[in-house]
Amino acid sequence: MRYVDEFRDPVLAQNLSASIALEAGAGFGYRFMEFCGGHTHALSRYGVLGMLPSNVQMIHGPGCPVCVLPIGRIDFAIRLALEHDVILCSYGDCLRVPASDGLSLLKARAQGADVRMVYSALDACKIAADNPQSQVVFFAIGFETTTPPTASIIKQAHAAGLKNFSVLCNHVLTLPAMEAILNQPGGVPLDGFVGPAHVSTVIGSAPYQLVAQRYRKPVVIAGFEPLDMLQAILMLLRQVNTGRAEVENEFTRAVTPQGNRKAQALVNEVFEVRDAFEWRGLGSLPWSGLKLRAEFAQYDAEARYPEMHFVSVPDHKACECGAILRGEKRPQECKIFGTVCTPDNPIGACMVSSEGACAAHYTYGRYRDVMQEGS
Amino acid sequence: MSKAAYVRPLDMAHGRVDMSHGSGGRAMAQLIAELFAAALGNEYLAQGNDGALLPQINGRLVMSTDAHVVAPLFFPGGDIGCLSVRGTINDIAMMGAQPLYLAASFILEEGYPLADLKRIVDSMAQAARAAGVPIVTGDTKVVEQGKGDGVFITTTGVGVAYDGVTLSGDLAQPGDKILLSGAIGDHGMAILSQREGLAFDAPILSDTAALHGLVAAMIASGAKLRVLRDPTRGGLATTLNEIARQSGVGMMLQENTIPVNPAVAAACEFLGLDALYVANEGKLIAICAAEDAERLLAAMRAHPLGQRAAIIGAVLEDARGFVQMTTRMGGCRMVDWLNGEQLPRIC
Repeated sequence: MRYVDEFRDPVLAQNLSASIALEAGAGFGYRFMEFCGGHTHALSRYGVLGMLPSNVQMIHGPGCPVCVLPIGRIDFAIRLALEHDVILCSYGDCLRVPASDGLSLLKARAQGADVRMVYSALDACKIAADNPQSQVVFFAIGFETTTPPTASIIKQAHAAGLKNFSVLCNHVLTLPAMEAILNQPGGVPLDGFVGPAHVSTVIGSAPYQLVAQRYRKPVVIAGFEPLDMLQAILMLLRQVNTGRAEVENEFTRAVTPQGNRKAQALVNEVFEVRDAFEWRGLGSLPWSGLKLRAEFAQYDAEARYPEMHFVSVPDHKACECGAILRGEKRPQECKIFGTVCTPDNPIGACMVSSEGACAAHYTYGRYRDVMQEGS
Repeated sequence: MSKAAYVRPLDMAHGRVDMSHGSGGRAMAQLIAELFAAALGNEYLAQGNDGALLPQINGRLVMSTDAHVVAPLFFPGGDIGCLSVRGTINDIAMMGAQPLYLAASFILEEGYPLADLKRIVDSMAQAARAAGVPIVTGDTKVVEQGKGDGVFITTTGVGVAYDGVTLSGDLAQPGDKILLSGAIGDHGMAILSQREGLAFDAPILSDTAALHGLVAAMIASGAKLRVLRDPTRGGLATTLNEIARQSGVGMMLQENTIPVNPAVAAACEFLGLDALYVANEGKLIAICAAEDAERLLAAMRAHPLGQRAAIIGAVLEDARGFVQMTTRMGGCRMVDWLNGEQLPRIC
């Protein structure tokens, strides 16, 4: 397949893997966080982790929008669908996320709620146009990648005068989460970040200067293909070994320093930053989420259903997702990993979506844990 | 002289299924005669009894049943009719048996167009005839509108096992080779593209096929077969995990040997799905003794349904039952059970 196979070339991969081993040398350990869930998935699915030397460790970050979505927000969506009879439209990977009372959006559907899977915000808007008698709510989640399409659809709904469409907005921001990790009391044992791919196409590479300059951590923005990942890890190693902390861009085929200004303007027009937003595993983070501006309030599900309130639901006590998302622990170090907490019965955020740190390790990597125990 | 009562023929162009078609009365008899018997006709069905009296069968009998609920009922490359015939034929064949007879039972939804029902039944008839496996008995029920999804079809098959051949999911042994008969993911992607209204430049067709001819050729090769299974729901990955668990073994696959059609690979890439978990309706997995693998592969490739057959991996000793895979990149990963339904990722 053109434009895909080029980025999965096994010979180039082996060469990069050898260069990484050479650059990493022996002894000294390197810990890099791939912020984005798409990277976590790619590292595992293509077997990239197995191509790294043992002293280069990848820490899976909180950039999986499904994982960091707090239970209370899903409860909110389920209550809208069950109690207010709305047609609730959601991206596929939110449907299975366990919420309170043993429910999920899929289980709510089995109880009679009208929950529909959509591939884009545009599909939700079409459903609203096709069902004028029903209220249609789009359950919007995601980082900066999925925010512009939501903004665009709100403007389209506004232009078309749609009266039965609203958005339950859960859009979140990348940099406040990176800062939350870096601001951990006592510091964080991280040597650098693999910067997000799609998010950076929108926000550009410039905003990460904050991480490089204030926190002295190298950032290399990488594409989602396995060769991108290997190249970015090599670039991070070179920065660390030469004492640099810079923002470098491996994903130049899609990311510019300033990003997509049109998309940024669109997002600014429709959304504003919330004072605080709760993240699963990380708690409430200031200035980390978006909400609709007052002029678009009629498309804001939170404004349209004022009797509904977000109710915070604490994470399970034994769950180590917080520590895992902050890079302090690895999935296999959590007591309930793979026992009580599995992809079929996720307890914590990181086990919820295939992009989550725990789910990726369970699905693709756990054979290594057992082999290590046995050897 | 008594006059024969005039019976208005079924309006196949504009008529619809109604409750009387399942009531056991004249309307049902007419539906059976004009639609089902006309299409499926054979000497056993013509007996017109509650069951079919079949000739004596010598050998070990194999029996299997499969309920078919597919949306949409018509999809690129097939429909629920041919699927329901071939699905059960394949289940019998995977037992190392020659399928002989099928029974079909229909649950029809009130209001379903007779024209569409006729298309489905004609498709079944054609698939059964091509496979040489007649549908010898059947049943029809009608449910009220809103209580069905157009048409549900359950087929049951009877076959006779090949002499000296015993296949079972618990017979895989460390050292055995794993073979796959062709490219994966076509059926699932064909269905998904219809269901979600995704139009690809080159439409992806379902791979629906009756595999008993291929199985006969494989058995005739004399290779020591241990397991045959068709990777339908849950795809190749899930079926291999089932076998690994049943046999208490591990497996190591080579990703670069697993055939995937470019259009399916592109569609999976586009939707964030993994072809290893996408359903097939015309492929089989074979596990055989290592020394017979090349002979079996040659026999498979010589058959039209096995032209792209490949040896995709080997069985390992591993009591945990883990299926691992060397990726195209040269890394390694696990190929786990499908978790719930495979859902597209957002970004």
